[in-house]
Amino acid sequence: MRQNYIGVYVVALAAGVLFFLLPNSFYMDLAIRTGINAIIVLGLNLLIGFAGQISMGHAGFIGIGAFASAILPTHFGWHPLAAMIAGCAAAGALAALLARPIFRLRGHYLAMATLGLGIIINIVLRNEVRFTGGPDGMPVPSFGLFGVDIDSDRSWYWIVSALLVVSVWASLNIINSPFGRALRALHGSEMAAQVVGVNVVRYKVAIFVMSAVFASIMGSITAHYVGFVSPGIADFGHSIELITMVVVGGMASVAGSVVGAVLLTALPQVLATFEGWETIAFGAILILCMIFMPRGLVPTLAARFGAFRK
Amino acid sequence: MSTQFLQFLLSGVTVGAIYALAALGFTIIYNASNVINFAQGEFIMLGGMLAVYFAGLGLPIPLAFLLAVLVPALVGFLMAKLTIVPIKTAETVALIIATIGASQVIRGAVQVWLGKASHGLPAFSGDTPLHLFGAVLMPQSLWVIGVSALIVAALWLFFNRSRAGKAVLATSFNRLAAELVGINTDWVLFISFAMSAGIGALGGILITPITLTSFDIGIMLGLKGFVAAVLGGLGSGLGAVVGGLIVGIIEAFGAGYLSSSYKDAIPFVLILFILFFIPRGLFGAKTADRV
Repeated sequence: MRQNYIGVYVVALAAGVLFFLLPNSFYMDLAIRTGINAIIVLGLNLLIGFAGQISMGHAGFIGIGAFASAILPTHFGWHPLAAMIAGCAAAGALAALLARPIFRLRGHYLAMATLGLGIIINIVLRNEVRFTGGPDGMPVPSFGLFGVDIDSDRSWYWIVSALLVVSVWASLNIINSPFGRALRALHGSEMAAQVVGVNVVRYKVAIFVMSAVFASIMGSITAHYVGFVSPGIADFGHSIELITMVVVGGMASVAGSVVGAVLLTALPQVLATFEGWETIAFGAILILCMIFMPRGLVPTLAARFGAFRK
Repeated sequence: MSTQFLQFLLSGVTVGAIYALAALGFTIIYNASNVINFAQGEFIMLGGMLAVYFAGLGLPIPLAFLLAVLVPALVGFLMAKLTIVPIKTAETVALIIATIGASQVIRGAVQVWLGKASHGLPAFSGDTPLHLFGAVLMPQSLWVIGVSALIVAALWLFFNRSRAGKAVLATSFNRLAAELVGINTDWVLFISFAMSAGIGALGGILITPITLTSFDIGIMLGLKGFVAAVLGGLGSGLGAVVGGLIVGIIEAFGAGYLSSSYKDAIPFVLILFILFFIPRGLFGAKTADRV
């Protein structure tokens, strides 16, 4: 079992070394955003890859966290940490409320429900101009803890790196726990899982709530790091980007989540000068992945080379 | 009945007819292949954008519209051939993702090729409004409703009276049995995608004089068509039409009486309620799980 945790050390080491290799603030920024995406994708992959449930509105939960961190301190004078926790609670509660009835259904219906929720959240953020600034967005106060303001990119780099390492560790732990085994069982066959005593609905709700909370926390972090937030963070396109990262990196693969986030956060930088081509590239990658390596990059390569399985 | 009520009802039925066409597109493909085609909205967009493009080239309007239906139908055929058939796994998630990929490719290609601007078309028979019990009815609305009704009738004939339509129905009931009696089920898949795309594109052309079109309208239209299909009960043709009209009418009343800025949210609030309380939709078949 111990060898399964190699990933934790690899990520920690990579983050430590990378810090000294980043040539300028542009790459520093890219690295931080990659880390944030990787953490969200880890949570989403637990849901899609391990439990076999698709969420097409995950950006909505990111939006809840981001705007909780923007609105509560700005309009109501909350402490940013309290605001972040309130965002988590709201995202988690909403996920739980939605999940109970929905997870009794399957496949297309869950996609529909999560998609609907994501779109509703986005529309609310665009329309409540008084609180959210509407389509233009709003500035976010800086994050401070114990009287120290976190405002430099360097501090954010270390914070995101630390969170990433913890997330990788937590994901591996979840996968290797009875909870994780139950999730994989219900992905294989729900009926069989139920027969051997897995409470299918409860597990699905739990993992959905957990991934929503992951997303909300990272929404808060993004908001504080960027110092500005707009409803675009919660739109359908962003949800699709996150699903693409899961799919390309590898469903049900912790390493795959990180690799998918790294590749697809960097890709738009390469294509940024060609508007529209970015959309085409993302779409083509999705299709090609589904045809040629439906399990994703990391599991496909791992199977080919027989090394570090799982 | 107040004039205002009638006015909202008329605009609801007009836009609902387009949702119904989109929902029929979802239904046809779902029945043939069990795939939810998230690119359906892009076909609606393609219809409108291509009609504007071909008309702009100076082609006669009927020819421009014909091309704007045939090209998307070809795109639908290619999409089935290149993205759906090659995928061997039967996992819902994989197929949903592939159609999302296809929608991104289509939307991006139109953005690159035709740009981001909004375009309109002149109304087919002028802009002189008709008056109906005090409410105003644009002639274009009659076009939308009339042509949609014709399409529904044609589809009914196709599925109930033609060999090809029966082959599609047989495939949707039992793929293996259909293959056993000599039906080419790959061909059924291609026909379904091409038909859905053509129907969606026609809807896109009809609605363009009323709502304008641009490269990104497909997302919302497609999603609302999906809502309509789920509301009616996935797989039911009658359900798709009724679902489309209900979504359109409720949206129009919501926009009129409650809040126009939350217009787009209304179908999605509606669908959450539907999924909670009547998860199989209005006309959905009861199914049992095979273990």
